[in-house]
Amino acid sequence: MTVRPVERPRRTFGTQIYLLEVWRGLAITFRHLFVNLGRHALRALGVKTAAPGAVTIQYPEDPAVLGRRARTRHRLLKRGDGAPRCTACLLCETICPAKCIRITAEDAPDPRIEKRAKTFDIDLGLCVFCGYCVEACPVDAIRMDAQDVELSAYTRRDMIWNMPELLGDVPKLPRV
Amino acid sequence: MATPRHVTFQLNGRTVEAEEGRLVIDAAKDAGVEIPHYCYHPALGNPGNCRMCVVEVAGAPKPQVSCRLAVREGLDVRSDSPAAKRAQASALELHLVNHPLDCPVCDQSGECGLQDYYMTVGRYQSQAREDKEHKSKRVEAGPHVMLDQERCILCTRCTRFVDDVTKTHELGIFGRGHEERLDLAPDKVLDNAYSGNVVDLCPVGALTDRDFRYKVRVWYLDKTDSICPGCARGCSISVHTSTKRPWHNGGRRVARLKPRYNAAVNGHWICDEGRYSYKSLDENRLGKVLRLRPSREELSWEVLAAELAGRLRGGLAAGGPEGLAVAASGALSNEDWAAFKALFVDALKLPRLYFAADPDQVGEQDELLRRREKVPNLKAAEALGLRGGSFDALAADLAAGKIWGLWVIERDLDRVWGRRAAELLAKPELTVYQSPFKGALGDAYAYRLPATAYVEEEGHFTNFEGRVQAYRRALDPIGAARPDAAIFGLVAAALEGIRSREGAAA
Repeated sequence: MTVRPVERPRRTFGTQIYLLEVWRGLAITFRHLFVNLGRHALRALGVKTAAPGAVTIQYPEDPAVLGRRARTRHRLLKRGDGAPRCTACLLCETICPAKCIRITAEDAPDPRIEKRAKTFDIDLGLCVFCGYCVEACPVDAIRMDAQDVELSAYTRRDMIWNMPELLGDVPKLPRV
Repeated sequence: MATPRHVTFQLNGRTVEAEEGRLVIDAAKDAGVEIPHYCYHPALGNPGNCRMCVVEVAGAPKPQVSCRLAVREGLDVRSDSPAAKRAQASALELHLVNHPLDCPVCDQSGECGLQDYYMTVGRYQSQAREDKEHKSKRVEAGPHVMLDQERCILCTRCTRFVDDVTKTHELGIFGRGHEERLDLAPDKVLDNAYSGNVVDLCPVGALTDRDFRYKVRVWYLDKTDSICPGCARGCSISVHTSTKRPWHNGGRRVARLKPRYNAAVNGHWICDEGRYSYKSLDENRLGKVLRLRPSREELSWEVLAAELAGRLRGGLAAGGPEGLAVAASGALSNEDWAAFKALFVDALKLPRLYFAADPDQVGEQDELLRRREKVPNLKAAEALGLRGGSFDALAADLAAGKIWGLWVIERDLDRVWGRRAAELLAKPELTVYQSPFKGALGDAYAYRLPATAYVEEEGHFTNFEGRVQAYRRALDPIGAARPDAAIFGLVAAALEGIRSREGAAA
């Protein structure tokens, strides 16, 4: 890694009286205002501009738009026959730097599957959303693409998602 | 017998000295060079069928298997030359042709010979294009062992174990070619007293432990050297504990016991009785110092020691040392026995000590490892000159009302006397129970003191041959539990304190 020294902006008379800088900032704001106003106006008249006019999203009234590859809440995937894909190999639990995954294993009734998860809990209050669990999984059983970023709860216990919740079999509801 | 001649030979360009006729694979191991191998096992011979230990020998047209090659003067062996490495990688590739890619669900992964050697000598691109041969994946070979035929590489270590060591012949190799498989002999079940050892000696995940199955991945285990307390043999074991993630093992801290090689005592093996003795280690444990009679109260060790010393002193003054009986067991360590002697023999001069293995701590004995006495350390009591009476005599004295005080150490009297025990225990006015486990009669005593189990303390056991062996501490004690020696020391100090105060007053 190379270190690039950056010179600190010098204090001059111009910066210290503030007025000049305030005007400069306002100039930028007004430039955006008029540029966007112009773009929206041209588009309303049917003229296509190179870039669309900026729009403010009214979050949380309007939903946030996420990229399809955004790393969001985990979900567990199923096989074709509806059984969870997870074989309880514990690689995700092993690699997890936040130690937020807890798995216990059991014998699967199908001898070709052999081992499956009995319980699979993720404590989203501890999760750092690094995505290592997805990388580690050898059977594509866990993905972080639930497109859910609004993760909050009134208790720490409610931040823990269990296997049916992660599979999407039951909705995540506060425990009473 | 003629003394073996020492010769020098070349190993990877290094001059190494070894006994003439010693196997090259052993001589290399002595010199710090590990040659990969599956079928060869120091205790089970060298059939030479796995071909993993191939080395290049100067003058030989083809690579040779080092487990069947004797050291002779001037031999020039290379285990790390490109030709030797290529031969080893090819042998591994053939082993893996039909080996399933089960590593994520396989209990062996993390301690698997195939994984280890793939990383050290393998790292090839698989050329196999055919589908893998499928065989039975879940054969219950016996009460402790699960067999996965697909994972087996047919090294025959396990069949040689049941043929040569236990001589019970439960396992065999059946079929030819790609149909060849390890299976149970007709009408047999792998249920001999040493069946768990096949799990340890299996270099792959074909034979796995049913008790350990899917509990803890091996990389979560901590390993501590210890001595098996299951019988007077005192086999060297390794205690594998899982404490950082308690949910894996259902809260049990000890995940498994494995034999530790000790040529003088147990070789490579341990018996199943000892191997599965860990299960009771976290059940029915004591962690509080309690007075149960006349009123139930939790005490600190200091208060307990003062109170108990006072009552012992009073009882001795009134009833004499003949009326105080101490029942112990051979589960005590050398250190515990020394403190036991200092307190009960040297300080209190008690004539009534009971620690015989009979009738409840005896079991089967055999030629291989198991001893009749199912406690590890009666020899130390003998070495200290302690002499104990029989439990029948103690029962008679209790029934006759000759005993005013009874101190029981790591012994469940319910197992000694059966149904009579509770009745006999109600006779003395002072009863003390000191043990890691509650036992069947844990509530029947006046005082109940928690002691540490062998995995929570360190000390020494003296086995039946008089060999003193150390065991290390693998876990933290439960609650207030202390080693037996420390408890004896506390009470002895409290007694000494009373005596010196009385001396000063007089």
